[in-house]
Amino acid sequence: MRLRFILGEVMNGLRRNATMALSVVLVTFVSLTFVGAAVLTQMQVDNLRADWYGRVEVSVFLCPEQSPDIQCATGLATPAQEAAIRDVLENGAVSSLVQKPVYYESRDEAFEKFKEYDADNTYATLTADQMQASFRVKLTDPEQFEVVADAVRGMSGVDVVRDQREIFSGLFSLLNALTVVAAGLAAVMLLAAVLLITTTIRLSAMSRKRETNIMRMVGSSRGLIQLPFMLEGAVAATLGAVMAGAGLWLAVRYVMEDWLRQSVPYVDYIRGSDVLMVAPWLVVAAVALAIVASLATLGRYTRA
Amino acid sequence: MFAAGARGADHAGARREWSPVLASAVLTMPVARVLPPVPKAAVIRLDHVSKVYSRGARPALDDVSVEVERGDFVFLVGSSGSGKSTFLKLILREERPTAGEVHVAGRNLNKLSSWRVPHLRREIGAVFQDFRLLPNKTVFDNVAFALEVIGKKRHHIRSMVPETLELVGLAGKEKRLPHELSGGEQQRVAIARAVVNHPPILLCDEPTGNLDPGTSVGIMRLLDRINRTGTTVLMATHDDEIVDQMRKRVIELRGGELIRDQDRGVYGVEQS
Repeated sequence: MRLRFILGEVMNGLRRNATMALSVVLVTFVSLTFVGAAVLTQMQVDNLRADWYGRVEVSVFLCPEQSPDIQCATGLATPAQEAAIRDVLENGAVSSLVQKPVYYESRDEAFEKFKEYDADNTYATLTADQMQASFRVKLTDPEQFEVVADAVRGMSGVDVVRDQREIFSGLFSLLNALTVVAAGLAAVMLLAAVLLITTTIRLSAMSRKRETNIMRMVGSSRGLIQLPFMLEGAVAATLGAVMAGAGLWLAVRYVMEDWLRQSVPYVDYIRGSDVLMVAPWLVVAAVALAIVASLATLGRYTRA
Repeated sequence: MFAAGARGADHAGARREWSPVLASAVLTMPVARVLPPVPKAAVIRLDHVSKVYSRGARPALDDVSVEVERGDFVFLVGSSGSGKSTFLKLILREERPTAGEVHVAGRNLNKLSSWRVPHLRREIGAVFQDFRLLPNKTVFDNVAFALEVIGKKRHHIRSMVPETLELVGLAGKEKRLPHELSGGEQQRVAIARAVVNHPPILLCDEPTGNLDPGTSVGIMRLLDRINRTGTTVLMATHDDEIVDQMRKRVIELRGGELIRDQDRGVYGVEQS
């Protein structure tokens, strides 16, 4: 009986306040889309980081013949120096962080690779002697770059130690900035959503003053008086959350999975299933939002 | 006292026209006392109660002590601003006393926690001058509403509502909407709603205030019949004709003070 009564009241309220309810749906839809987008962007960043960091190498460049750098004043790295460096990487304190065997790229190999990139011979005057030999080290844990670098940096024969992750840092900064923007917009929109739900509940409570007064008079519990209003906000907000989830899923499924994956194939994109993991939390957030807004409003409009 | 007297004089002409109707109505009322006399016990007790709404203002109620026993029919009279509404609000615990204690249906309202208030209100039926019906609900649904919102089972509602509508004389009008009814019929719906859950106390705030004298007679007969089933009736009113004809206990307030508590009283004291 009570359940039927409550549901009836909720439907009545939504119907009577249809435009307000619709605006709550739309505002929560937009705000939670931004929230979801921020979360998904971060998931994408984490994906990329795990994927690319696993592939990237630490390059230990060895001294070339003529170098302006002070640490290479003694000239070309000798085979003994090279052996010492390899020994540190493969058998030293950092060996557990290094995937073995460590790959050695000679000056000739470096020159061959360079010529592949320089197909139109812009640097035709360059010779193999001017190239740097290097150790290419894959790390078991890319985050431990500094430890490995410190172990070999300063050894004689080492010119510079370079982390390829630096190449991606720009991209990651951009993605992080996008996350911040999305989160900022989400915060503003969420505030708008809370205010709008508050107003909607207030209007609804005022338009049903007669009912709630009678309910108080005949001894209805405060919970039963307030619940329909809270549910009204929660239903509208949930609808918005479901729409946000659906919108994000469609975007990821058809834009990222189908289109981006084909045009830019070497990236590990987030999937529709990732959205399905985020979506329930959007619904939880919507309901929490509605409850906070109603608690803030109802006390004053349906006093016992 | 003067206000009451003046009011009585204003209505003197009107009374001559219809008081025989009322008198005969009251005399021919069915005196079917179905219940054995119940032991007398205070169902409402105000103990040196004062109520001040804002600091420094004149008190709305000033050291009022009253006992209403179970099964009583009590008129609460006094001019506007005399404290009648405050009196009723204290009993419904819409307001709390500034000083003194209010006991209703065995509860000390001073100590009643706010979440228990709904249970108190289920023991008190309330009827108002403006009926307070839901315009978009039928007669049946208006009465059923009072049971629905306190969580009564549907089969219970299906049996209680027709029974109560029969009691108030609205059998056959279950499907009407309030605007299709006369004022007296609307007030009967409101009374049905107030008593459908069989509360031991019925509070009436000017129930005949919007009704013509003939219709008021019918409402008073109904309230009397409800009182005879053992329900305590406390009725605030300006209607001197009714008070004078019914000859029930009269409590008079003036300026927040209790100035008269009289069995089988009349509206204006100088007429007794």
